[in-house]
Amino acid sequence: MTALSNFITGLPILSLVTFLPLVGALFLLFVRGEAEVVARQSRMVALWTTLIVFFLSLFIWIGFEPGTAAFQFEERVDWLPQYRIGYHMGVDGISMLFVILSTFLMPICILASWEAIEKMVREYMIAFLILETMMVGMFCALDMVLFYVFFEGVLIPMFLIIGVWGGGRRVYSAFKFFLYTLTGSVLLLVALLAMYFQVGTTDIPALMEAKFARDMQYWLWLGMFASFAVKVPMWPVHTWLPDAHVDAPTAGSVILAGVLLKMGGYGFLRFSLPMLPEASAYFTPFVFTLSIIAIVYTSLVALVQDDMKKLIAYSSVAHMGYVTLGVFGGNQQAIEGAIFQMLSHGVVSGALFLCVGVVYDRLHTREIGRYGGLANNMPKYAFAFMVFMLASVGLPGTAGFVGEFLVLTGVFQMNTWAALFAASGVILGATYMLYLYRRVIWGELTKADVKEMLDLDRREIAILAPIVVITMWMGIYPLPFLDVMSESVAALVNNYQAALKAAGETQVGAHLGEQLVALLR
Amino acid sequence: MLLYASVFLPLLGAAIAGFFGRIIGDRASQIVTCVCVGLAALSSIPTFIDVALHGHAITAPVLTWLQSGTFEANWALRYDTLSATMVMTVTVISTFIHVYSVGYMSHDDSQPRFMAYLSLFTFAMLMLVTADNLVQLFFGWEGVGLVSYLLIGFWFKKPSASAAAIKAFVVNRVGDFGFLLGIFAIYFLFDAVGFDVIFDAVASKADTRVHFFGMDLHALTITCLLLFVGAMGKSGQLLLHTWLPDAMEGPTPVSALIHAATMVTAGVFLVARMSPVFEYAPDALAVVTFVGASTAFFAATIGCVQNDIKRVIAFSTVSQLGYMFAACGVSAYQAGIFHLVTHAWFKALLFLGAGSVIHAMSDEQDIRKMGGIYRLIPFTFAVMVIGNLALTGVPPFAGFFSKDMVIEATHAAGTGVGNYAFGLLIIAAFLTSFYSWRLTFLTFFGKPRADHHTMEHVHESPLIMTIPLACLAVGAVFAGYIGYEHFVGEARPEFWREAIAPLAAHDSIAKVHEHHPSFFMKWLPLFVTIAGFGLAYLMYVRKPEMPARLVAAFPGVYKFLLNKWYFDELYDFLFVKNAFRLGRLFWKGGDAGIIDRFGPDGLAALSARVAKRLGVVQTGYLYHYAFAMIVGIAVIVSWFVIGR
Repeated sequence: MTALSNFITGLPILSLVTFLPLVGALFLLFVRGEAEVVARQSRMVALWTTLIVFFLSLFIWIGFEPGTAAFQFEERVDWLPQYRIGYHMGVDGISMLFVILSTFLMPICILASWEAIEKMVREYMIAFLILETMMVGMFCALDMVLFYVFFEGVLIPMFLIIGVWGGGRRVYSAFKFFLYTLTGSVLLLVALLAMYFQVGTTDIPALMEAKFARDMQYWLWLGMFASFAVKVPMWPVHTWLPDAHVDAPTAGSVILAGVLLKMGGYGFLRFSLPMLPEASAYFTPFVFTLSIIAIVYTSLVALVQDDMKKLIAYSSVAHMGYVTLGVFGGNQQAIEGAIFQMLSHGVVSGALFLCVGVVYDRLHTREIGRYGGLANNMPKYAFAFMVFMLASVGLPGTAGFVGEFLVLTGVFQMNTWAALFAASGVILGATYMLYLYRRVIWGELTKADVKEMLDLDRREIAILAPIVVITMWMGIYPLPFLDVMSESVAALVNNYQAALKAAGETQVGAHLGEQLVALLR
Repeated sequence: MLLYASVFLPLLGAAIAGFFGRIIGDRASQIVTCVCVGLAALSSIPTFIDVALHGHAITAPVLTWLQSGTFEANWALRYDTLSATMVMTVTVISTFIHVYSVGYMSHDDSQPRFMAYLSLFTFAMLMLVTADNLVQLFFGWEGVGLVSYLLIGFWFKKPSASAAAIKAFVVNRVGDFGFLLGIFAIYFLFDAVGFDVIFDAVASKADTRVHFFGMDLHALTITCLLLFVGAMGKSGQLLLHTWLPDAMEGPTPVSALIHAATMVTAGVFLVARMSPVFEYAPDALAVVTFVGASTAFFAATIGCVQNDIKRVIAFSTVSQLGYMFAACGVSAYQAGIFHLVTHAWFKALLFLGAGSVIHAMSDEQDIRKMGGIYRLIPFTFAVMVIGNLALTGVPPFAGFFSKDMVIEATHAAGTGVGNYAFGLLIIAAFLTSFYSWRLTFLTFFGKPRADHHTMEHVHESPLIMTIPLACLAVGAVFAGYIGYEHFVGEARPEFWREAIAPLAAHDSIAKVHEHHPSFFMKWLPLFVTIAGFGLAYLMYVRKPEMPARLVAAFPGVYKFLLNKWYFDELYDFLFVKNAFRLGRLFWKGGDAGIIDRFGPDGLAALSARVAKRLGVVQTGYLYHYAFAMIVGIAVIVSWFVIGR
């Protein structure tokens, strides 16, 4: 085993994990035969590719040295040396687990699409494999140009997945998703270009060392914020998310909630905080305000939804509110909590969308009122749904608790008001999730077609069981996750605080109104 | 080994019955869970002797849990006198309830699930009481909240049961919200959440002030108040009590488990556990007493008019919890815990006795439809009377020792709020006696009011139910006498050691022992208890027409009490309706009406309109374009000419 792992860690493993899905996609292009055969082959190829990629990616975790904040498994190839743009890959404690999260969710998505997707299966699988490359690449990229290519590249397969294989108003939703994120991205591009012209390189570690003038930081920060905030999504630029989720196929929703939303939070951690510390501190009250609105506002909206997917989509916005709160909380607990919250939300909300998919495949509706009493004929399903619901509610002992708790602990240390308002999400979150569970799972089994529904089959158990185990594991023994990130987060926090001290900026910036006035002057 | 066994055996039982119940069957699930909890109870006894009586407090580590910067919280089992007492009480009472459930639930079709929930519940409570830090305590805290949700909603087909389950969880969460903030405040102050660190450092923080929520506050007071909000939620104190009566939707053994030894006592436990901190927050203590005494009175008034046998006992529980808090608030934590322990025995007895009555009456719970059955179920009648005697504090039954100490301690405290509590607790004692005997008379005496069919089927419960009742009855008789000396008597410093050690200045139990209360004070509680009995006897045995006349004379008061002071209606109006209203407003008004309308949809429509307008210009006639070009050139040229 050690010989094998030595061999594997000797490879350019990040590139391997990133581009292996592309190889699978390429392979799929050459599958020939009848439509039926092609579909079956495509499923198998996609499943095996993603499984191998997941297996390989585990070696990143195994080989990862938690005692250092430095980037690991670095690969560096000159790409455009005259412009100082390079192919630079590497992971640290902040990004590594996101890679694992992406590769973990992929085979699950393929399995979840096994029967649900019937048309253009090959193209669907290719889209997913390309998506995987883009996601993994984005988390590994240590060069801004590379990062931007992957960051934007994600959009295309996702746009197609919603627009082609979606349901309902899929074209509207796909365009809404695309335009929202693209608008933000254009501003990100401007910010990145401005940084490049200032420093003369696109290397991310080099940019972390660079110092930007305070005025410039504000504008750069806002440019990045436009893009990342849409991705998170933060209130009020969240309205694309419910539509996108509702019309996306199940697996699309899983990836959307599981990984794509994390790109925004990751961006804040990789760019905004380390590169623009003064601006980050300055805008912290602004971010806090939006985060708290997100938590309270979208929780209340979730309460009145009639569509299961929409409800969970809104709950995602609320949960991501904790993430942005934690990121800008700026201390060890808050940031570790934010990262953990992203990981757990990735797993749990993905699982909740899978749960919706299970009943959608049977009854072809997401309307909550069409269900009821499923505990009677689908006890296994009821159990799995219960676990994920509780994790979403943040019950201690499940994955959802750790992130939320650490974020609030950290934020309370710097702003008690923010923690107070954010903690109210604890009540609201329980309300809408339990209410959902009651309407779908509990009650008398009265409707004829609901009575006919069968419990989880073997494929569905194979999908959900690992997630149940991981949800509990992350809640009861989260140390393997926290250990990995602690050094990198500590370094980030130290640099952040040191930069603020050097700049004489207080931890808590000016009030929102003053900020706007200052900016306009 | 025994330390771990007491806590984790119930979890094992729950896992086996929960996951494999369908495979191994009803009987095996029952045996497994009962044996596991029984063994846990047996192993808790030597631990109790070693830890509490011999003074060998110990903390058994389990697993690292959370570690982030300086924040650290581990899974561990902390055994001191307080937790050893709780572990023993919880496991022993729980064992009786497990055994009883085998009989009570014998006609239900998901018995393994029920037994698994009971065991899981016990486990969560044990994690709570053995926690060595606030976060693990919170785990157990939320754990009992979760399983109570599952148990109350056990008959999930009934809409009322699922509604009650959600209500229980959400109202508890309101308390948890405060509890969480309390934990954060503790971490803020002490840079730790472990009890040892907190208790060692608390004296040095006695005068610390903090800037929380925009106010300059006494640090420990605000911290304790936040923690107490959590306690109020879990223990169903005034304002956060509304979930507790509804929790009666669950099967009766659940009510016994939730309302006797576990869950609702968690709040009292929390205050006792954090007593070293509360000791330095006298204002917070005053609030504790105030809320406790008010609840004791408030719940007792409602108990007097309820007609559901379980609801009467439920309100009695709320009221008794108020007694415990009142005691804690005057630094008589030992008396509070003592009452908790005796209460666990007699309240479990009363609930299971009520279950036996319901069982006999073919699932009827309305006491107006009972009556005249004491001869038919003499054993149940006898244990209910014992439970009543213990609850109302008649010597030498268990409640007498603990309740009297509580009442005397509030008086001996000599503070304003102490006197307030004393007055209300005396009135509550009168009401307690009244509603308890009212319940007994209506249930067992008078003419049978049930239909003929039901009366024919009235029968004594099987042995599997009566044996646990007998055991609990023994406890309800003797627990007070046995525990008195150690819990609140002169031996209490050696018994409690560091677990509960109030500051000498406000140790009101010491004051009780020093200044022997006057004869009047000593016997006043017993006197009002007898008076309550007399009134109940008069109204429900001698002159059964009297209650109806009273209701007719004071319809407003009656309705006010019957509707539980209209708290449910008030909350529904204030919070529930508004939450939905706001949600709809944000959704339709905010998301669709403003953000989308002026955001993406608006921009899309705008660009479509602009494109259409611009399209008009493109006529296809060459001379139009030529004209536009000439105009354009003219503008550019003039720009350069004038601009330079």
